[in-house]
Amino acid sequence: MAKDFEPVIIGFTCNWCSYRAADVAGTTRLKYAPNIRLIRLMCSGRIDPTFVLKALADGADGVLITGCHPGDCHYLEQNYKALRRHRLLQRTLAQLGIEPERVHLTWASAAEGAIFAATIDRFVEQVRALGPLRWPARPKPLPVAVEPELAEEALS
Amino acid sequence: MTDQPQQRAQDERIGVYVCHCGTNIAGVVDVGSVRDFAGEGLKGRGVVLSRDYTFMCSTTGQELIQKDIVEHGLTRVVVAACSPHLHEGTFRTACDRAGLNPYLCELASIREHVAWVHTDHDAATTKAKAIVSGAIERARHSVPLEAIHVPVDAATLVVGGGIAGLQAALEIADAGHEVYLVEREPSVGGHMAQFDKTFPTLDCAACILTPKMAAAGSHPHLHLHTWSEVERVEGFVGNFTVTVRRKPRYVLEDVCTGCGICIEKCPIVVVDDAYEAGIGYRKAIYMPFPQAVPKLPVLDPATCTYYLKGKGSCRACEKFCPTEPNSIDFNQTEQRVNLRVGNIVLATGFDLFDARRIPQYGYGRLPNVFTNLELERMCNASGPTGGAITLRDGRTAPKSVGIIHCVGSRDRNYNNYCSAICCMQSLKLAHLVRERTGAEVHNFYIDLRTAFKDYDEFYQRVLDEGVHFVRGKVAEVSEVPRGPDEAEGKLYVQVEDTLIGMQRRIPVDMVVLSAGIEPRHDAKQVGQTFGIACSANGWFIEKHAKLDPISTMTEGVFLAGCAQGPKDIPASVSQGAAAAARVLMRIRQGELALEPVRASVDAERCSGCRICNALCPFNAISYDAEAAVSAINSALCQGCGTCVAACPAGAIAGSGFSNEQVLAQIEGLLLTHLEPAEALT
Repeated sequence: MAKDFEPVIIGFTCNWCSYRAADVAGTTRLKYAPNIRLIRLMCSGRIDPTFVLKALADGADGVLITGCHPGDCHYLEQNYKALRRHRLLQRTLAQLGIEPERVHLTWASAAEGAIFAATIDRFVEQVRALGPLRWPARPKPLPVAVEPELAEEALS
Repeated sequence: MTDQPQQRAQDERIGVYVCHCGTNIAGVVDVGSVRDFAGEGLKGRGVVLSRDYTFMCSTTGQELIQKDIVEHGLTRVVVAACSPHLHEGTFRTACDRAGLNPYLCELASIREHVAWVHTDHDAATTKAKAIVSGAIERARHSVPLEAIHVPVDAATLVVGGGIAGLQAALEIADAGHEVYLVEREPSVGGHMAQFDKTFPTLDCAACILTPKMAAAGSHPHLHLHTWSEVERVEGFVGNFTVTVRRKPRYVLEDVCTGCGICIEKCPIVVVDDAYEAGIGYRKAIYMPFPQAVPKLPVLDPATCTYYLKGKGSCRACEKFCPTEPNSIDFNQTEQRVNLRVGNIVLATGFDLFDARRIPQYGYGRLPNVFTNLELERMCNASGPTGGAITLRDGRTAPKSVGIIHCVGSRDRNYNNYCSAICCMQSLKLAHLVRERTGAEVHNFYIDLRTAFKDYDEFYQRVLDEGVHFVRGKVAEVSEVPRGPDEAEGKLYVQVEDTLIGMQRRIPVDMVVLSAGIEPRHDAKQVGQTFGIACSANGWFIEKHAKLDPISTMTEGVFLAGCAQGPKDIPASVSQGAAAAARVLMRIRQGELALEPVRASVDAERCSGCRICNALCPFNAISYDAEAAVSAINSALCQGCGTCVAACPAGAIAGSGFSNEQVLAQIEGLLLTHLEPAEALT
């Protein structure tokens, strides 16, 4: 099971550091797992916990939050706010029955393409080891071709 | 923004353009499949046409988009190509030309984030489709925006008075604009002022540098702040407020004539670790070198008797000072000056690698092991030996000299990069040693890097002069003779000569270590002050390694000289001039168009809880007690969006990165809006 399972991961990146790190990883042709799909924000401080919960609810098996190293924030200190929110979010996730390890926070400067790529690979394996996120709130995928009466039966 | 975005999004007419980028994208991603996925599968999401093209960024590619906008009435454009950091501007401008608001154009990075980093074609294609889908969903919630125009203050701050900073400062000042040049040391000039000759032409460094220093000292538009450091930078491009800390010189700048009598009369002599690289002396009150600009002494309270032995002692400088009023002010304190500038050039230079870190080379332990900078000072006519090259005793001329290249450079134990200047500097020093002492010179090198104009010719010349070259990394420098053939009193350079495949021990009188260059020890803190980052090696990161090595990711902060990476004098001068050109362009434009990524409060929905107030590092959010709501000053807002994420009422909108846009992008990336039958496998 774990072998066939390909996790889907949403990565939130900061325009100034980690998104650039991802660009650098590309420019230098580093290879990493294709399981991650990145979203660019201006700052890790922009990350509303709702975004993370939305990603998990909509089918992501893990979420990677990335920001500038402490002290390097383009907006002075907003990455610390991301750090605080991440800590709180992890508690909330645990209360919801989701492994907190599914939401990982890491720092990556614009120069750290190699570190960023390695972090993605590690995180993909971490989520792969956890298996698919089975969250009751998630919409259950319907069978592809379903007979109406079978569907009714399944729903009742 | 008040009408329902969800409803409006239904009526969009979206054009999707998938770029091959030659084979850069098409070699890994099945471009046709991505095109069809968007064109057929996402029809229900407002996609009215989907095309692919070899190079979307070409004129033809841009014209294709422009034509479609007009002919098909596109309301959104999604370009799946490279990183937005590269071509977002290109495609936005194309949309603008066709009459579509540029902020309704969305880029999907399927090159840097897909084709270049993945090898599995199927997985890459699936990911590319997901990214395109995410961009489409995001674009459906984009709203037209207008760029924010800000005026540019014509004054400029240049940090660092080495050759790169001097060049930048002079060019801007020559154009008639005010420049504040802040230098940490008592004089401008930087490392170049310490050198004797410059490669490959062997011009005297002082002869070509001092005219620039003098020009900087007397320029009506150039304001020097030497013996000063930048403490704080606030504001943003066009409107920075910079706090400069002026360290006390204990000398009144506007009274002192620089006559030097105080220096002559000062009885305290100490080793000069800074300018003389530790091999010369200075007084407790001193001028770093004769051509110093400004021509003012500085008093060092750490060595001055007045401060060490209590007030009232010595005061020789004060007693002999001929000016009226007296120029010496023992009670001077540090001062802070606020400067308003529009642009900043960072030219903070480099530190020399500390050769003590390689103990087997013996620097600091074996007296006759010198650094390249020490030899530079010895060669200099105004240096401690008056231009004579001698052993540590200050008298004996060496009969044989070994110059070791790559000390601390290209070495995984220290710095893995090439310091770029040491090969040529070592060749220059080899030439000077031969010329002045006639000594046998051995250069120990790993590779000789003599690229650039007239450099290899100089190497040929030094070869012809009879300098020996041994290819190999030196294992150690030892003073201990090994066996009866080796005499006492020599230094033995143990090296594997890789061209003949043999270990050799070469006896010399003097060893010179070509120490590499390193980022300033405090580059990281300086970077934080100016809001820019350092690379893994510690150099300031430029905006683009090839196409924009002058700008940084922080608008209005430019780089020049070795602060950005190792480089020689011609390259530093070029970069200084290039930074000046950028600044002058900004000043000429008079105003700048900034990304309209800003937050704003919907007063109707704001509950006045004030959670956002404390979150803003730019103090852009204020509380209106009368209306009991918070408001954001868009001139101060930088658009990070932290308050948007924190607002419990959802009353703060972040333009360009709205909740609707991000949430829709998440859906798009995860393809949850698709029927399972359509979803990707």
